[in-house]
Amino acid sequence: MNSTSARFVPSKRMGICEPMHQMAMWDFKGNNFLETSPPSMFEIETNLDNLSEDTSHGTVGPSSKYDQEASKSDDKVRRRLAQNREAARKSRLRKKAYVQQLESSKLRLIQLEQELHRTRLQQGQYVGGGIDTSQLGYSETTNPGIATFEMEYGQWVEEQNRQISELRSALNSDMGDMELHIFVDCGMRHYSDLFTMKATAAKADVFHIISGMWKTSAERFFLWIAGFRPSELLKILMPNLEPLTEQQRLDVSNLRQSCQQAEDALSQGMEKLHYILAETIAEGQLGEGNYLHQIGSTIDKFEALARFVVQADHLRQETLQQIYRILSTRQAAQGLLAMGEYLQRLRTLSSCWSSRPTEQT
Amino acid sequence: MTISTKNSCSIHTRSSASFELTIFFLPSQISYNYFSHFLEKKKNKQEMEKVVKLASENGILIFSKSTCCLCYAVQMLFKELGANPSIYEIDHDPAEGKDIEKALMRMGCSGPLPAVFVSGKLVGSTNEVMSLHLSGSLIPLLKPYQPNMS
Repeated sequence: MNSTSARFVPSKRMGICEPMHQMAMWDFKGNNFLETSPPSMFEIETNLDNLSEDTSHGTVGPSSKYDQEASKSDDKVRRRLAQNREAARKSRLRKKAYVQQLESSKLRLIQLEQELHRTRLQQGQYVGGGIDTSQLGYSETTNPGIATFEMEYGQWVEEQNRQISELRSALNSDMGDMELHIFVDCGMRHYSDLFTMKATAAKADVFHIISGMWKTSAERFFLWIAGFRPSELLKILMPNLEPLTEQQRLDVSNLRQSCQQAEDALSQGMEKLHYILAETIAEGQLGEGNYLHQIGSTIDKFEALARFVVQADHLRQETLQQIYRILSTRQAAQGLLAMGEYLQRLRTLSSCWSSRPTEQT
Repeated sequence: MTISTKNSCSIHTRSSASFELTIFFLPSQISYNYFSHFLEKKKNKQEMEKVVKLASENGILIFSKSTCCLCYAVQMLFKELGANPSIYEIDHDPAEGKDIEKALMRMGCSGPLPAVFVSGKLVGSTNEVMSLHLSGSLIPLLKPYQPNMS
């Protein structure tokens, strides 16, 4: 040990020793070294020894001073390392929690955006935009139910186009399943909305709905009871999906079969209705100018027609639901995109066809 | 059901199979209302029983109307699936047809026609049949009654 008051100490102990050193200088056990004449080296050493013993926190009698210091320094090192580990662990946990919060906020944001679009549509803020006049055709109608339906359908198509492009970019990007799920749900609900609209409109004027006058001409070609064929839907979807598992393949094949059977049954029912309606209107023609007595029975049949439209839409809805159940999120997104694009193509085809230059004779 | 009038008489009934009644005072008007209500309830019960009986006697039973094309569609579906359902045309039953229809509505059939019963239990109307079929659950229900079981 050096003779100066600046004690030489191992560097590890510097931080702890300096306050000790200062304590030794000032007010140490009531003795003020500065005022009194510096005690002998030995005394100071002993005092420091006493001090270090006092503050060693219960290290019991290491024989030499260096052992004491060594074990003490080990302790302190170990303690610091432990604290460091603890702090690192806490920091990692905090980071994890923060990232999770970010993720859920992002999902919530996407959801809110979709809802906003929907409510804007319902409140008619998109009124007047993009209603293709070639679609309206039969728009000179005094039926308010149908007029409302035409307007709503125009908005539905716009929203559909927007959702299609969103789905396309979502599938091309690296989006996770959670977010893709939101888009898929949105798409499913959108179709649901259409079926609800059609049911209301069918009550207003079933012939308008069932003749497909509200659709484009190419779509009308493929019409089956006021809409697309469910079995056709499956045919359109399948080629566009990423590979299916064995179980999925089986489920899809079963679904295809039951869908076809249900469709056939409804078709036969429609044929019968056709026949009965024709007969009812035709009966008692010769010589009878007054057909009022037939009106009553035909009104019933027209209501039956509305029931068929509702039933066909229900079949479409159920088919969509089953597909949703069978496919994975990504496959469902691909399916919705494929279907949306197919319908878009039909609509574009119609407008191209109707606006083609006609030959001059 | 509680009927009370200005003459401060009250009749309490419980709508269950056994009627509990407390009669304090019976003016004739009230007794008439009570008994007609009682008779209606009895008739409803009878119709319900008839429906249940018919359903339990036939493996697959469809209540239908000969003029109803949706009923026809459902019948076609069952035939396509290889089942042979019994058809009960309620418009060919002038006496009880209407009541059966009412009973079916009370049983919760959203239609009420066609009303499909399999193994004595109400499956539902067209909606339910279609949903079941698409989810693959209809055919297993019909398996016991299909003449050519694979």
